[in-house]
Amino acid sequence: MAPRSKVVLLGPQRLHPTLNLAVDALGVHGRIAAITAGWEEREGEDQELSAHLGGRTINLRLWERAADVSARDPELLRGWRARIDAQREIHEIYKLRLGHEMECARELLRREMQDPTRELVLAECEGAIEAVRQLDAFHLKRTRAVHDEFMELWRPHERESVARHRREIAAILREVECLCVAGGHVARLVDHLRLFGIFGLMPEMPVVAWSAGSMALAERIVLFHDSPPQGPGNAEVFEVGIGLYHGVIPLPHAAKRLKLDDPLRVRLMARRFRPAFCAVLDPKTRLDWNGRRWRGETGTLRLCEDGKLAEVNAA
Amino acid sequence: MTQLLHELERRARTRPWDVDALLAQHVFPVVEGRNVTFVYRGEAEHVRLQHWIHGLQSAQPLTRIAGTNLWALTIDLPEGSRMEYKLEVEQYGHKRLVQDPLNPHLARDPYGANSVAYGAGYAPPEWTLFDAESRQGELVDHWIQSDFLGKRPFQVYLPARFRRTRRYPLLIAHDGADYVRFAGLKTVLDNLIHRLEIPPLVVALIQSPDRLREYAADDRHARFLVHELVPLLENEYPLVGKPSGRALMGASFGAVASLHAAWKHPHFFDLLALQSGSFVFTDIGDHQRGPLFDPVVKWVNEFRKAPGRPSERLYVSCGKYESLIYNRSLVPLLQGTGMQVHFSEAPDGHNWENWRDRLREGLSTLFPGPLWLVYE
Repeated sequence: MAPRSKVVLLGPQRLHPTLNLAVDALGVHGRIAAITAGWEEREGEDQELSAHLGGRTINLRLWERAADVSARDPELLRGWRARIDAQREIHEIYKLRLGHEMECARELLRREMQDPTRELVLAECEGAIEAVRQLDAFHLKRTRAVHDEFMELWRPHERESVARHRREIAAILREVECLCVAGGHVARLVDHLRLFGIFGLMPEMPVVAWSAGSMALAERIVLFHDSPPQGPGNAEVFEVGIGLYHGVIPLPHAAKRLKLDDPLRVRLMARRFRPAFCAVLDPKTRLDWNGRRWRGETGTLRLCEDGKLAEVNAA
Repeated sequence: MTQLLHELERRARTRPWDVDALLAQHVFPVVEGRNVTFVYRGEAEHVRLQHWIHGLQSAQPLTRIAGTNLWALTIDLPEGSRMEYKLEVEQYGHKRLVQDPLNPHLARDPYGANSVAYGAGYAPPEWTLFDAESRQGELVDHWIQSDFLGKRPFQVYLPARFRRTRRYPLLIAHDGADYVRFAGLKTVLDNLIHRLEIPPLVVALIQSPDRLREYAADDRHARFLVHELVPLLENEYPLVGKPSGRALMGASFGAVASLHAAWKHPHFFDLLALQSGSFVFTDIGDHQRGPLFDPVVKWVNEFRKAPGRPSERLYVSCGKYESLIYNRSLVPLLQGTGMQVHFSEAPDGHNWENWRDRLREGLSTLFPGPLWLVYE
């Protein structure tokens, strides 16, 4: 997917909504398409969102449309499920390998931080982080292959069960000035965006996304939590995203999900995903992509390789 | 001797009128590393620390600071520990158990409340505290007419944003009302669901008027669960309705009731959370726990001979300061059946706040939430 020229990423909207301000700043005065498929069965409960935007939203109802496709096209559904099963298995294997690689990288980074002058350790640490990066890249390649194979084999956009919805969606998208993509379940969301090939149908217009919405639109989807109830809390590359923008790993709810005061974890994450920067997308934050570069609203932070946080614009 | 005791002695000698000011400057018991110092002020012949830690002398004497009505004791309490206690004050030959007047921390249970000492590094987990951001679930009153146990009320926890078009897993909590009152279960469920650490689930909170009999490996109770309560709930609520979506939870005798019901009806409840189970057994001789334990011991002995494979995934926890052996020795037996068993020991005792503090680990073991995939 070629990057779009206008993408805005916002922090979570539930308690501190700023979407209306972002839309106003984009000069959008007309109707706005909304995607809330990440909310799954609550997709239609978008009254607050609609009211927040002055009642001018049209929900693309991707969750509901996908249910219709499943009911009408059981053959495609079987293929869809087989793809998800394959992807799940690949991901389990990736996690197994990742656990070992991350344990090693974390330990060497700990040693590097204890004595940053020891070149022997520096080289080993860089190598360990590079091994994680290579594993991430390999996993991404594997998940991309699964997607490509599915698209090649089933050609969902050409099947009438999907094509009829695509025609309706395309008609809606011709009537709106902006698209907003809400959060929720990131795997479901990206699946639905892909099933209907939303961005292939969309004329040039600004896209505003938050939480899982911002993650689904990235080049790669990175799942993260530093202190889950079980396990070491290794961030995972989940799969390829839509690729609507480049260069950022969005981290919604970062203050809650990450130990941002732990220099080792911050440092490791920043080094693992460079040259992309890891953006802290907490409430009231905002990042603007103009097709070439990012600009962050004051207070929007990124993870730095020295283990600290810094303003995005200071990069 | 700790720094505090030195200062107390010095001040009692040199400025006795200033002792209260010194006491007011501290939160008692005072924790200095592993040293925890208890102080009592009052007239008495003897003062003892009564703590119920299994294996230690349960009534440890406090020593009077010469020439004063101050009593003190320093004990070694490992980091991260919680210890419930009372002070036994003996005067005129009469003993009474009192909460520590200098300690504001209380742990409540069905019998009242104990004072509680926090070892270095312990704080109540933040997910046990009310969080205004967490969406609130709801408690709904029910009753059931049982052929086995008679009529009785119970409550059902419905998660926030409950909807009938979705299928929910079911957890049945023995002593459910006590879990809510003394272990903050509703707050914990609200928080863990909100934080995506467990999925939204329906929880039946059952309470027995005669738990020491009904929870003591009583077949009537197991039949009540399987033939009456679960069918009623599955009829009333949109539940998964399969063994993989059914869990039993309980502490102490409630853990016995949970494992016993699963064993009597294998593959009906795939998930079990067993906290500080009273799984008393006898390899030799008598159990000496009194007649209430007779049916428990009889059944646990039977279970140990032929455990079968009643469930699929178990969370088993126990305090290090209680009779750990019954749970610890059960774990390899359970694992040997092929079931997945997650065992956890904590520096705490046989009490509700220990069970509360293990809920995050226990519930997320049985019901892993969509934490990694959902970002709202």
